[in-house]
Amino acid sequence: MADKALMKGNEAIAEAAIMAGCRFYFGYPITPQTEIAAYMAKRMPKIGGTFLQAESEVAAINMVYGVASTGMRVMTSSSSPGISLKAEGLSYLAGADLPSLVVNVQRGGPGLGGIQPSQSDYFQATRGGGHGDYHMIVLAPASVQEMADMTVKGFDLADKYRMTAMVLADGTMGQMMEPVSLDIKPSDPIEKPWAVTGTQKARKHNIINSLSLVPEELEQLNIARYERYKLIEENEVMYEEYMMDDAEYCIVAFGIAARVSKNAIVEARKQGIKVGLIRPITLWPFPKKPLLAAADKVKAFMSVELSMGQLIEDVQIATQFKKPVHLCNRVGGMIVTPEQVLAKIKEISENGGAK
Amino acid sequence: MSTTQILIAGFGGQGILFSGKFLAYKGLMEDKNVSWLPSYGPEMRGGTASCSVIISDSPVGSPIVSTPDVLVAMNLPSLDKYEDAVVPGGTIFVESSLIERKVKRTDVNVVYIPATKLASENKIDTLANMIMTGKLLETLGMYTDEGVRAALGKVVSAKRADMLEVNVGALELGKNY
Repeated sequence: MADKALMKGNEAIAEAAIMAGCRFYFGYPITPQTEIAAYMAKRMPKIGGTFLQAESEVAAINMVYGVASTGMRVMTSSSSPGISLKAEGLSYLAGADLPSLVVNVQRGGPGLGGIQPSQSDYFQATRGGGHGDYHMIVLAPASVQEMADMTVKGFDLADKYRMTAMVLADGTMGQMMEPVSLDIKPSDPIEKPWAVTGTQKARKHNIINSLSLVPEELEQLNIARYERYKLIEENEVMYEEYMMDDAEYCIVAFGIAARVSKNAIVEARKQGIKVGLIRPITLWPFPKKPLLAAADKVKAFMSVELSMGQLIEDVQIATQFKKPVHLCNRVGGMIVTPEQVLAKIKEISENGGAK
Repeated sequence: MSTTQILIAGFGGQGILFSGKFLAYKGLMEDKNVSWLPSYGPEMRGGTASCSVIISDSPVGSPIVSTPDVLVAMNLPSLDKYEDAVVPGGTIFVESSLIERKVKRTDVNVVYIPATKLASENKIDTLANMIMTGKLLETLGMYTDEGVRAALGKVVSAKRADMLEVNVGALELGKNY
């Protein structure tokens, strides 16, 4: 472990992006993710990359659109209110089938909200964020190492499927330091014959556009996009199972909420309660299959989340309402404690899982 | 398998985050699992700053220290806020030149160190935090000369290499107090 360095989650994202071949960063500062921009401002000029502090979040996401059109790896990052500002651009990126990486280090909302950690942008992220029928691939790291790894993965998936990948973190993940190993080799570049790179008078013009005024054609574009989404749902789901082998109760949580839940699970097991965890790493595509399989084995589920009950809806859908799904949450920048999760586990197990 | 949950709290500017980072690096270099989580936000400007450090033989679950084994209180608001959260049998390190009152709990170990006064007397005014940290390491049986030097090498910037020996001096001052 001695070859590892301590890094903040935000810094790990920035360095991993550079190692993954990203040379363009556009952003606008906002707590608790500003270290990403600060790191990029320092590093990008030294390696021939571009760091640009845009005049607004809206400008930054449209700069991302521009660079993505040329086929180069590009990213932006922000926190909750800033992501709302980028929502129009996210929809345009989807409409133009452009790959990009967007990081959201969430804080409490709605509105300008607070600056403390939250997971209340779950719906926004997993349902696309902007208008129209589309998805983003949503990756939810639960450690500083995963902040780096999911950044690299996000770039790869974005290129592979020509869409936006979002790293959905929160204030604790961004601000905390943990040992991280950045042994990252950039993956082989994917051919991008659609990119706007100059025709050299040797081919027809490529056109990047999200406007399509013929309904028959626009319908087909949507259908084709959802065919790709189906492939992603089949092939790209990531999740972690923790102490699920003999579990009678299953916690579902991601990011910081999953970390807190693990503490509670260890404690609950000492007290004889068989509880485990399924931690979605991809929030979209959502790990529906393992959850449905667990529904045949456990007595009840519990969604542990930093929102008023967003993740819980996907758990209910995935498990087809076969078993009760309980909610354990804090919001507004407050974080669930292991004690709170443990108390809820005990309460549920005393009732045999019933709601 | 042991896990030590440390909470360091005081005013912004007292080097709370730095001493936390030093402790985390020391754990890392001894092949422990570690995490470091700062408070961030408006309370850093003039109010209470704090930092959670976990050093463990097993993977760290939650990085948030809500029930510390070890509390380092660098000012009165921090002692007031966190005294009751310390686990029974835990240890509280009190900066006794800034905090006049005694710890009320009777089920914890308490160590009083007038670190700011000691720092001032030894002309290392900015290093009260490291005096506290030296005493902490000594009390918990974690002080080794090579260990602290190796960790300091990671947190003291190369441009300020002269500060390394000064920090060692502060740690030793705390250790021997």
